[in-house]
Formats: sequence, C-alpha cells, structure tokens
Amino acid sequence: MLFYSFFNTLIGHSVTVELKNDLTISGKLVSVDQFLNIKLNDIKVLDQQKYPHMDSVKSCFIRGSVVRYVSLSKDLVDTALLQDATRREAQQPK
Amino acid sequence: MESFLPGTASLIDCVDKKLLVVLRDGRNLIGILRSYDQFANLVLQNTLERIIVNDCYGEKERGVFIIRGENVVLLGEVDKDKEQDGYPNLNKVSYEKIKELHEQEIKDKKARELQKQKILLERGFSEEFGDYDLY
Repeated sequence: MLFYSFFNTLIGHSVTVELKNDLTISGKLVSVDQFLNIKLNDIKVLDQQKYPHMDSVKSCFIRGSVVRYVSLSKDLVDTALLQDATRREAQQPK
Repeated sequence: MESFLPGTASLIDCVDKKLLVVLRDGRNLIGILRSYDQFANLVLQNTLERIIVNDCYGEKERGVFIIRGENVVLLGEVDKDKEQDGYPNLNKVSYEKIKELHEQEIKDKKARELQKQKILLERGFSEEFGDYDLY
C-alpha cells in the first residue's frame, strides 16, 4: 500500500501520466485507489493533434494497468521520507 | 462510499453521464455509463463506436455495450461545451472502410513489435511474455 499512500499525498497537485499507448496526459490529480487507477481534472494531452478524440474531455479516469509512468515535479517528492516509509513497510510482519 | 466499493470507487460520479471510453485496441466508445464494478467492467448505453486511423475516422451506432475492464484504457467525461459531432479536421469514411484500415494498422503494429522482439532477442534480451498491448 506504500505507493497508494504516496499518491494520496499528491492529490491536488499537477502530475503527468504516460500511458502504455504513448498517450501522455497532464492534469490535476483528483483521486487514486489501491489499483493505482488515477483520476485527473483539467487535463491536457501532449501532442493533441495526434489524439483529436481527447479534445472534448476535461476530466478523466485512467485504469492503473495501462499506466507506464507518472512524472512528478521534483519538489513534490520527499525522498528521505519515502525511504523511511519503505523501510518501515519492509519491516512490517507479514 | 470508498469503504463499500474498493477500487474504482471514484467512478460513482460518472454514472449516468456521457463518457468517452478508449479501449486497448484503439477504438473509442461514446455512451452513457450505466454501471461498473471494481475491475472497471463497464455498461454503456446508446454507444457510438468511433475509430480513428491517421487522418480518417468512421463510426457506428452500437446500442448497449458491456466492456470487460482489462480492455479499458481511460474514461473521460465529455464536456458538453466542447462536444462535437465529428472531427472537422479528419475525413469521414464508411465504417467498413475504417474497420479495414484499423485492422491493417493493428497488423502493422504487431509486425513491428515482433521485429523489435527479434532484434532484442538477438542482442541478448529475454523474450517478453504475455500478449502485446496493441492499443
């Protein structure tokens, strides 16, 4: 659940999601669930010309299984905190 | 709400709204979301299927559509202000024609993917398993 919690801390911030079909969407993160399905608001599609069907869409739900990368701005990530959390998660008895 | 429905809980406010659904094979469906579950299996009503290949598109009325979740790439809420009947910058062709173009595109993509696999294999990478994403 580490990444779920991590993404939860990013809610309200701008992120860019690259999908496995090379579609890249940036927008404001609205919600995440435990499958890392992502909901974005005020979306903008990179290379809009290539994907004309996305013109009429302003908020979208992306299925977690089709996400390749999520890029975040550097100052949104506290790596020290994330490292700590990872250790704590690893130590937790199964 | 979240505690009752794990996973796609946030889809609850999309129910009864007009959505654009992009499938893994690259097809677009536009319809009214009537039901869904935690895997993002969807039921769409009054569905219009649209296929875009390069600068052509074609469409067909489909009625009720039940989509298995694994084939869903994304769902977008269609903004009423920006909604349009077609794509003014693209050529409209018949559904049969676009279907043909689309199948050809998928075939080409598959061939390219196989070629890539072969080259990677020759250079010592291991083979990828599972079916390719043919979006």
